[in-house]
Amino acid sequence: MKRIDLQYDLVVIGGGTGGPMAAVKAKERNPQLKVLLVDKANVKRSGAISMGMDGLNNAVIPGHATPEQYVKEITVANDGIVDQEAVMAYAAGSFDMIQELDRWGVKFEKDETGDYAVRKVHHLGSYVLPMPEGHHMKKILYRQLKRGRVEVTNRVVVTRVLTGADGAVNAVLGFDCRTADFYVIRCKAAVISTGAAGRIGLPASGYLMGTYENPTNCGDGHAMAYHAGADLANLECFQINPLIKDYNGPACAYVTGPFGGFTANSKGERFIECDYWSGQMMLEFHRELQSGNGPVFLKLDHLAEETIGEIEHILHTNERPSRGRFHEKRGNDYRSEMVEMHISEIGFCSGHSASGIHVNARGETSVKGLYAAGDCASVPHNYMLGAFVYGRLCGENAAEYCDGRNPLAVDEDAVEAERARIAAPLGRGDGLTPFQVEYKTRRLVNDYLQPPKITRKYEIALRRFDEIREDALQMSAANPHELMRAMEAHSILDCAEMAARASLFRTESRWGLYHHYVDFPERNDADWFCHSLLSKGADGAMSLRKKAVEPYIVAIDEQERTAYQRLRVAPSAAAA
Amino acid sequence: MTIAITPTQAPVAVDEDKCIAEKGCTVCVDVCPLDVLAIDLVKKKAFMQFDECWYCLPCETDCPTGAVQVSIPYLLR
Ligand SMILES: Cc1cc2nc3c(=O)[nH]c(=O)nc-3n(C[C@H](O)[C@H](O)[C@H](O)COP(=O)(O)OP(=O)(O)OC[C@H]3O[C@@H](n4cnc5c(N)ncnc54)[C@H](O)[C@@H]3O)c2cc1C
Ligand code: SF4
Ligand code: SF4
Repeated sequence: MKRIDLQYDLVVIGGGTGGPMAAVKAKERNPQLKVLLVDKANVKRSGAISMGMDGLNNAVIPGHATPEQYVKEITVANDGIVDQEAVMAYAAGSFDMIQELDRWGVKFEKDETGDYAVRKVHHLGSYVLPMPEGHHMKKILYRQLKRGRVEVTNRVVVTRVLTGADGAVNAVLGFDCRTADFYVIRCKAAVISTGAAGRIGLPASGYLMGTYENPTNCGDGHAMAYHAGADLANLECFQINPLIKDYNGPACAYVTGPFGGFTANSKGERFIECDYWSGQMMLEFHRELQSGNGPVFLKLDHLAEETIGEIEHILHTNERPSRGRFHEKRGNDYRSEMVEMHISEIGFCSGHSASGIHVNARGETSVKGLYAAGDCASVPHNYMLGAFVYGRLCGENAAEYCDGRNPLAVDEDAVEAERARIAAPLGRGDGLTPFQVEYKTRRLVNDYLQPPKITRKYEIALRRFDEIREDALQMSAANPHELMRAMEAHSILDCAEMAARASLFRTESRWGLYHHYVDFPERNDADWFCHSLLSKGADGAMSLRKKAVEPYIVAIDEQERTAYQRLRVAPSAAAA
Repeated sequence: MTIAITPTQAPVAVDEDKCIAEKGCTVCVDVCPLDVLAIDLVKKKAFMQFDECWYCLPCETDCPTGAVQVSIPYLLR
């Protein structure tokens, strides 16, 4: 393993969506700043938006929605447990970001008057803006990286962020997944934008990479933040999605909803009033499956030919373009048959749900000099636009922070320990393969952690994870690629344990199916109207504590507070 | 203990008549987010080295000669 030493002011970890924005905005704020964008893949095609995106799920556009309205909507959809200031920082920056992306060449749907063609999918307000030509997102971002003279290193897997004697970030460590070269990158600040932890649970198909999230996003960022001493928030609020069965991609009620498509039971009846992904929606989905009215389907077969053609064009060319060939192989034509859906395996993702590395409204984590943006950070329901807005906030604030800071000495013992940890699987001639360790961890996550949550099952899971941790020390890797999978298996184990411990901590039920805890079936605002924070304790083990919900800046009235709890279609309406 | 090899059918196929890797092309290998494609150094053609595919399609879309064909992996097809 060759060692490569580099020095920068700011290192951005993850070049998917929020990362490139952070790097570009840091350079805009201070063109003298030395900024490195590192990705384990290639920034040209990395991350959730690798092939583009179908639309903005959370656009806050004057005339269609106000930032206050949006903050209310997200507060209510998350059962009140939000840092409203952080949600507001997104909402207030949303429209500026849309206009900037528009100037950069992103094509949003507009009506005849040139106004943005916003659609209603959420329960209360209108925030969905289609991007029928959304397949060019990555090209546009790449152009901005070039223009902003951001340096890029591809195929380097970051594994740890180190802090110095003053507790502030001073280095980023990782390795090249093709050569296994070991990277030591000294820096003054770092932004983590490694996306969701999308490889904790195992897809029902049994195919390891058949996940909803881009499987490069396996929770490395969550693990590195944890080991750097950062707080992670509300991890028990899992991400669980309503997806196309087996394909495990979005069934896309957001895209089809405005055209008249909807989520239906096996009788073709609507059973939820609002297809917006929330924990409560997932709970109704789960109940429908339990009730004998399942499976659940995406229903389009009642729509006009012209409408279906348009839907097919969007769904089969952007975002997940292989969706069309999946349906084709099964002879599933939207015109004649509903599309079978199911409930996904669990993950962490603030883009769709609400958990992640804790950040405030400036994108700062609890570790000095460490920022986080996008799906890995804790700002709820942030989606793509939230990754961009927080990318910008992190980039600008990190650039300011770097001013006047001098790099401190890096702890060479810590560097050597990490080098040895990474090198170990390569040196072993035989042992467990990374595939086996990952598969077993994720299979056990499904067996024991998939909600409904049960204390006894969670306790068994924790014991099994401990055993796998021992086993994982025997992993061997035949080449640098397998080494990447081996290091990822460690991140996945860390995330699985975090998911279990955070869930056991919150002894109530909340967020619908996301934290549906059978032993404590009721919501308990008296004891649990708070965030949970997980961090590395003094003894090196995971420790949990409560954090009061920050004072609201937008008041919520009683009627609004319960909006998302009334999602089930009333029986008479369903019969109509 | 030894390590056994379990073969699987790779979901990505490369048409070797169309692939121009011998002229230095590595586009599909470069863009794959999962880093599962490689160039066979003997044949000088691209191929799928690891069956770890997200069926996301950058390899197929960006190949300059249309040599790459992605199928949905069998387990979830
Ligand atoms: C299938 C799908 C459909 C979606 N549809 C929509 C939609 O229609 N509208 C919408 O608004 N949002 C949608 N979203 C959500 C949106 O795409 C995400 O919220 C957003 O793109 C997240 O950005 P990010 O920067 O956090 O993560 P990503 O863009 O995924 O970037 C993470 C990056 O980190 C890199 N990385 C990971 N680990 C490491 C490591 N250890 N070292 C170095 N690099 C690393 C990865 O390679 C990747 O490039 C969708 C998401 C998915 C998966
Ligand atoms: S992109 Fe196409 S031509 Fe180039 S190496 Fe890959 S398969 Fe061959
Ligand atoms: S479809 Fe995606 S994951 Fe599969 S080989 Fe092509 S680029 Fe890689």
